[in-house]
Amino acid sequence: MTTTTIAGHQVEVNDEGFLTSPQEWSEDLAPELARLIGLELTEEHWKLIRFLREDYASQGETATLRRVSTQTGTPVKSLFALFPGKPAKKMAYVSGLPKPKGCV
Amino acid sequence: MTATTDTAPVVPSFDDAEGSGRKLAIICSKGNLDMAYPGLILANAAVGEGVETHLFFTFWGFDVITRKTMGDLKFSFVGNTAMHPPGHSAMGIHHMLGALPGATAAATSMLKKQIAELDVPDVPEFLEILSASGVHMWACRMSADMNHVTEEDLFEGVEGIISASDFIEITEGAQLLFI
Repeated sequence: MTTTTIAGHQVEVNDEGFLTSPQEWSEDLAPELARLIGLELTEEHWKLIRFLREDYASQGETATLRRVSTQTGTPVKSLFALFPGKPAKKMAYVSGLPKPKGCV
Repeated sequence: MTATTDTAPVVPSFDDAEGSGRKLAIICSKGNLDMAYPGLILANAAVGEGVETHLFFTFWGFDVITRKTMGDLKFSFVGNTAMHPPGHSAMGIHHMLGALPGATAAATSMLKKQIAELDVPDVPEFLEILSASGVHMWACRMSADMNHVTEEDLFEGVEGIISASDFIEITEGAQLLFI
């Protein structure tokens, strides 16, 4: 476990750099987390991040890509365009959540 | 657990897979419902990890991408000695009961229900998702000729009907799975 400073906040991260406590995340952290992985957040990104945060709060686990797509009505293609390469993990990272556990 | 302070944030290496040129090729040779899913699920996982993914449908696997059959794949437990009702792993069902009339229909509808309960898409929708995610899909030339099938009969995301050698060429350097 490592303590690091992101956007002026002291947060705990795991070996990969994911926040270990979702409650340490706040909205002003997201743009900096996004910048670290080469993304600039748009309103479309924010819509997904807010969904992920709310869904984690109610379900207790990070939504899979499939769940994000069906629950927010966002086509999978758009998810790949907004968070290229590894959309599910990138979304979780920017939202300060653990990597999703589900297979699909 | 030892806490250490590090001012430079550790950043996940998300783009490694893309940068490393990792490729995965999955040969889908079965047309039973239960044998269609492993290839689709692994392809979905791989493309979501930034891995260039190719699916090659051949022999019975053709049914997975043929419009007329892809929504109606079936599951039979004949020959499957691991068959048991969901949640009752100790309660075996003799696999030859699967040969009775109606057994395949019942087993298929049970499996489809279990898959849907996990919010895993049915086969046609799964193909749409894989296509939108950038998975490359190919159909086997010999199987197409044997079945008298043309590209018009296939799921639209299939990029082409190609020979085995073309597939080998396209997937140079890929890790390979035969299902």
